[in-house]
Amino acid sequence: MASAIEIKAVSKRYGALQALDDVSITVEPGEFFALLGPNGAGKTTLISAMAGLSRPDSGSIRIMGHDVIRDFRAARMSLGVVPQELVFDPFLSVRETLRFQSGYFGLTRNDDWIDELLSKLGLADKANVNLRALSGGMKRRVMVAQALVHRPPVMVLDEPTAGVDVELRQSLWSFVKELNEAGHTIVLTTHYLEEAEALCNRIAMLKRGKLVALESKDKLLQHGKEREVALKLGGPLPGSLLPRKVREEDGRIVLKLADIAQLEHVLAALREAGVAVRELNVIEVDLESVFVNMMHGGQV
Amino acid sequence: MQGFLTLFRKELVRFWKVAFQTVAAPVLTALMYQLIFSHVLSRHVEAYPGVSYTAFLIPGLAMMSMAQNAFANSSSSLIQSKITGNIVFLLLPPLTALEFFGAYLLASIVRGVVVGAGVLLVTAWFGLPLPSHPLWVLSFAILGCGVLGTLGVIAGIWAEKFDQLAAFQNFLIMPLTFLSGVFYSINSLPPFWYVVSHVNPVFFMIDGFRYGFFGQADVSPWLSLSVVGGSFILLSGLALWLIKSGYKLRH
Ligand SMILES: Nc1ncnc2c1ncn2[C@@H]1O[C@H](COP(=O)(O)OP(=O)(O)OP(=O)(O)O)[C@@H](O)[C@H]1O
Ligand SMILES: [Mg+2]
Repeated sequence: MASAIEIKAVSKRYGALQALDDVSITVEPGEFFALLGPNGAGKTTLISAMAGLSRPDSGSIRIMGHDVIRDFRAARMSLGVVPQELVFDPFLSVRETLRFQSGYFGLTRNDDWIDELLSKLGLADKANVNLRALSGGMKRRVMVAQALVHRPPVMVLDEPTAGVDVELRQSLWSFVKELNEAGHTIVLTTHYLEEAEALCNRIAMLKRGKLVALESKDKLLQHGKEREVALKLGGPLPGSLLPRKVREEDGRIVLKLADIAQLEHVLAALREAGVAVRELNVIEVDLESVFVNMMHGGQV
Repeated sequence: MQGFLTLFRKELVRFWKVAFQTVAAPVLTALMYQLIFSHVLSRHVEAYPGVSYTAFLIPGLAMMSMAQNAFANSSSSLIQSKITGNIVFLLLPPLTALEFFGAYLLASIVRGVVVGAGVLLVTAWFGLPLPSHPLWVLSFAILGCGVLGTLGVIAGIWAEKFDQLAAFQNFLIMPLTFLSGVFYSINSLPPFWYVVSHVNPVFFMIDGFRYGFFGQADVSPWLSLSVVGGSFILLSGLALWLIKSGYKLRH
């Protein structure tokens, strides 16, 4: 069976800027895949290339075995994309939007599925409302429905939770999870590690157009447990804790913990040495440094 | 095919929802031209033997309105979609270049023809005869709107901002449509303007359209047909190639 997404050595420049640099990723059918990376890393550019919205300078992409340029019709039939930018047609109602979108994919009698999408996404009572009159979060849901009108086996969501409240985020994720369980391959980009952790089975990280990491969730979870703790102490750091020290900032000493349970060990060591703790802050290690450390083979 | 039909229908819905602005307004404008020019000029000009100036003016005005509205339809729809970003919903589905172009083109033709029919309807009582060659009338209406609808597709793809599109409209489309013998027979022009008019395809649209009504015109309808048809083929080729290559639509 063909891979759901096969990205082979894709590069793309915008003028002097290398937006994608020799990126290769393969996603298998049924995977729930996260694409992470800081702003400007190239996530949207990569998604655009998958969707045929932009053309790579070199390399090739296949969706369900169909080349996105040579066999663009089959490739696009297999792919549903929720773009990052909030866009809509101000002339149309929600139902009109979804009917037209179905038609562009060659589907005429799609109302049953449209109704199902509307109710799953909590839009049933907005079906005849003009898009202009919807809140941002509602518009986002319409975009999700639009990406699904043709029941694509592969779905890509580009930061679907940006600017979306907690409730919608949760209902959106449970909907997407359902789709995944029904066999759809899901790719999403997000800035939230917790989201990626909770949902995905594999995670890729882009940075300045380069793929810097590609890991299964289990491996990532180990790294994700990593914490740092910043301490303001009444005395010098006991020698037994020195190996944990990573840096010092504004009179605070920052120590590294393999997981949060090690905090107890640190506190015990301080008590034993009679050093008072004036302040204590647990710092979540940000994803990027986890990944970068991993990339450089650093122990984390 | 279904994709084409859907996009075509959407484009119709788009202009029909604001028909007051996209159909009624240009019809009213043409009616005013008709009132003013026929009042000012009717006593001085006889365009063709046996054809009063007021009657002569009507097909020209109708064709001018058709041309301007066919252009406006495709170009403004495309630029709006590009600027609001919702063009992405047309770029994600498996529409071919031909389906994409055909839908915009046909909707432009429909809008142009609806406006043209409206103009003829409200100005006919100035003395428009029944067409002596209805087939010529229809052919030039459709082909003329086709040329301008295609130009609208090209302009809409090329322009990145509204003012670029406005420049295209003001510096190309308006002069082409006004300097085309709408208001006069070009046989009455000084030699220089006579030559200039003959390189303007809109002149041939109007002249051929007029021939359909009066059975007489400045040049042969076959010549007009070749010029208008040739322009259409050339411009459609260009538009299709732009869409296929992804020019300014897919980076
Ligand atoms: N059409 C374009 N023209 C020029 N440069 C572009 C274009 N699109 C993207 N870029 C540049 O390419 C780089 C990658 O952008 P991209 O949108 O892919 O980042 P991203 O990872 O999606 O970021 P974010 O998290 O902010 O959405 C950026 O530096 C961006 O400025
Ligand atoms: Mg992005």
